[in-house]
Amino acid sequence: MKNRKILLIEKSPIVVQGLTDLLNGIPDYEVAAVAESLDRIAERLIVVKPDLIVLNPQLVDYSKRGSFRALFQECPQVPIVALVYSYFDQQWLRSFNGIIEITDDRKRIESCLTEVMQADNAPSDGPDLYELSEREREVLVEVANGLSNKEIATKLHISVHTAITHRKNIVKKTGIKSVAGLTVYAMLNNLM
Amino acid sequence: MLFTPKMKLADIISSNPSLVLILQRFRIELGFGEKSVAEVCRANGLSEQFFLLICNVYTNDRYLPSMEELQETDMSSLVPYLIASHGYYLDERIPHIERHLDRIAEACPKNHKEILQRFFHDYKTEVQNHFLYEEKTVFPYIEALRKGESGDGYSINQFEENHSNIEDKLNDLTNIFIKYLPGNIMPKERVSVLFDIFQLSGDLNKHSLIEEKILIPYVETIERSRK
Repeated sequence: MKNRKILLIEKSPIVVQGLTDLLNGIPDYEVAAVAESLDRIAERLIVVKPDLIVLNPQLVDYSKRGSFRALFQECPQVPIVALVYSYFDQQWLRSFNGIIEITDDRKRIESCLTEVMQADNAPSDGPDLYELSEREREVLVEVANGLSNKEIATKLHISVHTAITHRKNIVKKTGIKSVAGLTVYAMLNNLM
Repeated sequence: MLFTPKMKLADIISSNPSLVLILQRFRIELGFGEKSVAEVCRANGLSEQFFLLICNVYTNDRYLPSMEELQETDMSSLVPYLIASHGYYLDERIPHIERHLDRIAEACPKNHKEILQRFFHDYKTEVQNHFLYEEKTVFPYIEALRKGESGDGYSINQFEENHSNIEDKLNDLTNIFIKYLPGNIMPKERVSVLFDIFQLSGDLNKHSLIEEKILIPYVETIERSRK
């Protein structure tokens, strides 16, 4: 697999050097570029095409905090991880895809990156994939009819594993977890 | 920051307005002026430590009381507090949401109306059963333990394992209202019922936290001390 390119946005040379060494040591990741500030960041994004951005939140102007993602509109799907070594409002930090603390060790940083990249895969697939597929609709109707995964698999000639995957995708797309809720969904959409 | 007995009760409420709900469950009436938590608790015959424990768990998702704290706190109000919460959900919030929902359902085509009403009716039954189990089985067990009795072979582990999630379906309902019910059906009523559901769901969430962070560890310590 090609390495995932990280754009590191951080001012302190000490931190940049340390974190670059550390990130380059994690398999499948490399620091492709470093920026000292957010000036002309849009141009950097076009050139670098990062898969992941690591940003020190301090570099975001206070007044722009609420809308800092607008700075990255060149690549709206790319996850942004906060590199934190001073206090920030938790609420604001939550708007990042992940958080690396200055005291985190390599293992912790690695698991943070993995988590962020995995979580990102689903929503970045584009809005059309949010709609249920034909197959998922068929599975949904059977779920609403009260069939078990195994029964659904037999009826639709698919493996139990596939049936479970379809169910997971249905829940992910609709946000509805309960069988009762899925039944309402199926009825409202005239699937039954 | 955790709340302390010397703080003014009014300040605590303004820092987390949802706590007004808790006052009601402790039968603390509004209009307490500048009184501190300690003063209000004393006037109401409540343990200030216990009152603050609830307020702190309710306010800080990350706060986990220590074993020592749980052991030192007077827990006599725990079960009455939980029962009062159940009453609030079953007698006030759920019927209120149900009335709203009925009005929305009436505006839908007949088959949709029925499925919406059935969904909520089944949810209500589920919540009733959930609370009933706690009130008939779990709480009497706790009261028995507190009196020094054995509790007839029940263990809080059984409660932990069977403690079903009653928030999921509410969340499903919000998704249905936001995403799937046609937009022209009672738009104002829907926004208002959505807020009611968010509030109920948030409060139920805190209720589960109180059971998980206070009730279960507390009962476990009593169980352990008996062995």
